[in-house]
Amino acid sequence: MIPTILEATRITKRFDGFAALTTVDFRLLKGERVGLIGPNGSGKSTFVNCLTGILAPDEGSITFDAHDITKTPAWLRARRGLARTYQIPRPFRGITVRENIEVPLRFAVGHTSARAITESAQVILEQVGLGDKAEFSPRGLTQVELRKLELGRALAAQPKVLIADEVMAGLSESEVDEILELLNRLNAEGISILLIEHIMRAVMLFSQRIVVIVAGCKIADGLPDDVMKQEEVERAYLGE
Amino acid sequence: MEFSWDLVINAIVTGVILGGFYASVAIGVTIAFGMLDIVNIAHPAFMIAGAYLAFWGSEKCGFDPFVSMAVFAPCGYLFGRAFYRAYHFFFERRGDESLQGLAFFFGILFIVEIGVVLIFGVDYRSISEPYLESTIGVGFVSVPWRMLVPFLVGLGMLGSINLYLSRTFTGRTILAVSQDVEALRLVGANPIHAKEVAFGIAVATAIIAGVLLIIIQPVEPSITREYIGRAFAICVLGGIASIPGTLVASLILGVAEALTTTFYGPSWSPAVSFGLLLLTLIFRPAGIFGR
Amino acid sequence: MSNQAASVPPLRKPLPVSGRSRSGMAIILIGVALIVATMLFGSHIGEYYYLATYTILQFIILGTAWNILGGYGGYVNFGTAGFFAIGCYTTIVLNKIFPMPLFFEMFVAAVTAGLIGLGTGYLTLRLRGVFFSIATLALAIVLQTLIVNWSFVGGARGVYVIRPAVSGIFISYVQFLVVLMVGLATFAIFVAWAVEKSWIGIGLAAIRDDEAAAETSGVPSLRLKLIATTVSGALMGMAGAPFPYYVTYVDPATAFGLAIAVNSIAMPLVGGTAAWWGPVVGAILLGSAQQILTVTISSAANLFIVGILLVGFLTLAPRGVVGIVRGWKRGRR
Repeated sequence: MIPTILEATRITKRFDGFAALTTVDFRLLKGERVGLIGPNGSGKSTFVNCLTGILAPDEGSITFDAHDITKTPAWLRARRGLARTYQIPRPFRGITVRENIEVPLRFAVGHTSARAITESAQVILEQVGLGDKAEFSPRGLTQVELRKLELGRALAAQPKVLIADEVMAGLSESEVDEILELLNRLNAEGISILLIEHIMRAVMLFSQRIVVIVAGCKIADGLPDDVMKQEEVERAYLGE
Repeated sequence: MEFSWDLVINAIVTGVILGGFYASVAIGVTIAFGMLDIVNIAHPAFMIAGAYLAFWGSEKCGFDPFVSMAVFAPCGYLFGRAFYRAYHFFFERRGDESLQGLAFFFGILFIVEIGVVLIFGVDYRSISEPYLESTIGVGFVSVPWRMLVPFLVGLGMLGSINLYLSRTFTGRTILAVSQDVEALRLVGANPIHAKEVAFGIAVATAIIAGVLLIIIQPVEPSITREYIGRAFAICVLGGIASIPGTLVASLILGVAEALTTTFYGPSWSPAVSFGLLLLTLIFRPAGIFGR
Repeated sequence: MSNQAASVPPLRKPLPVSGRSRSGMAIILIGVALIVATMLFGSHIGEYYYLATYTILQFIILGTAWNILGGYGGYVNFGTAGFFAIGCYTTIVLNKIFPMPLFFEMFVAAVTAGLIGLGTGYLTLRLRGVFFSIATLALAIVLQTLIVNWSFVGGARGVYVIRPAVSGIFISYVQFLVVLMVGLATFAIFVAWAVEKSWIGIGLAAIRDDEAAAETSGVPSLRLKLIATTVSGALMGMAGAPFPYYVTYVDPATAFGLAIAVNSIAMPLVGGTAAWWGPVVGAILLGSAQQILTVTISSAANLFIVGILLVGFLTLAPRGVVGIVRGWKRGRR
């Protein structure tokens, strides 16, 4: 029986009367690769923000690695091993690329030796393919490189769960394959991954299971082929 | 100080009337900060500039304060639009540092206040018109016109801005900008133009509020800083972007200050607005009508 | 886009790990050297220069303290005058109750100011940065109103303070004060340098650049902001403590003065907020300029120029002198 690493129960979030999420249930098993899809504005990012602690849900609870984290602040969730990337990359612009990686090494993982942190940061940069950009400012990076930096930062936190929020948006086919390969490698090392994407090819290739959210409600949850054949899912994506 | 109901009633009436004037000061902050997210702490500086323009207009050109309003408010509007353009070009576009934006407005506040000191000196300046000196009876309280006029103009300003924002196309664009800039761009409307117009309106209201100020009382440059507290206290207490909220909060502040002055003396009144602001930020940052 | 990446030069040269502590040692050595110089050549220095130096040193401390929260963390404190005045009036109150050594008064002042900073921060740092800034402004005005209404410290009329006797190694009390201020300035700069290079510094940089992203990277933002606010406030209070003995007459208008409010923001911004030496450069440049100008033009005109410089630098050279110097260095490679 594979243990559950992340579980959200009946998550509801309202903004000023508008229901962004309504009683969403979600479960991620240890080592699993789950894809989360849904039309724009369906509440996927709100859901991620609730999982990571940026937003507090109005109702519902979240459990991570058998601990109830519903009231836990975001930084502590990161320390426990819940990492994420942002849809639009949000690097720390005033410091170097390597220092961006040093932040989670210092704070999420808790390394204390300056030399060890710098060396580990360099290793991670090599892993995501940014090794030679270590001293650069994030302002000088391309879109792909910024996405890699986002991933590198999430990796540096030594996560148990990685939430990749539209990390492939706007990339070319080969770039998408690069990222997919990296994600698969990470999963092979034991990291459970929640992939939020619009690029169906990638989602179908990557996911063991797909969850669909439309207008704040979960309408499907199962094997990729089964889910994509469901009527409601077709309707949501292709119209009546 | 001896307690008597007469004093209280008097204070409340004074407070309400003062509140109407305060609304005219705060509406510009509600627009610029509440709706457009521009932290214009220099707003009271534009107001004091308006007060001194009215003074200068009265001394040099014999302008009646209403004439001053008619002449200088449109100037303020145009200046506000140009000012926002410059601010947008140098600061908003850069995106990352709100530190620079805040410090910038602080610098502007400072420059205007010291500029006024250099040009007009630190003595009190005032204007007087014969028709302002008379009083009119409201119930058993007599209220001088020089206080009633700002009260009425303040209410009038809030009413007309509310109409403008809900009835005209540009006005509704401004409201939309305050809620969701991204959606607006998708629809094709130009948020920058709307923000420019809105900021121009905000500065124009500041000029008018300044003229009203010098009608109510003599002015001197350091008053500027007291009004930062008042303007932002009202804006936050009222719910940041809410016009009805601005009105209600202005009245509350006016009455609170009047009661404090009556029972504890005028030297405590600067602390009232800031104290109210601190309390609001601590206990209910969304304000009365805010989300 | 990839061309753009190639042409953007590296941000700054990384110091070898052992080099990191070199700046710290240099700061302390320079401080000690200045103190020794002042003691040795003390009798040859005119009173005016002592007074000018005191003011500049005071601004070095205030600007450096401000920058710990402002430049490093991105949270603007408009109420520096309030924290400075807490220092002044702590000395005045303690002095009236029971005369005691300045060092003790400084310690109490720093602790009081630090606690008030902590309190203000705790109440408002969970909100957006702009609310914290307005709250600091509010704090300064509320404190001023309290002092104005407190007759024990002289209220609006102010209060006279008598300078204590000075020990024989010093020529005058003023020389003692200047030496003390050199020591305090060295201490403040050292603290800022230490914060900048430490884990607190990089955490604050992350918070400044993107607070939400910092949180999801494990940075406990509220905690770090509170540390910065407390340290910053304490240093400002410390700077205010000797002031009554320097001026011998203190009134609220001076202690809470406009000059302090604007200079403590202008100096770090002109000098550059990204490094510990920015506020120092800014204080020396602007401070000296003001000392010279006060002789020739009115003090209001003086402050007017400071305001213009502040806005000018913000618009045209937002990274200050630090940014300009680092730009030269990159260009020369």
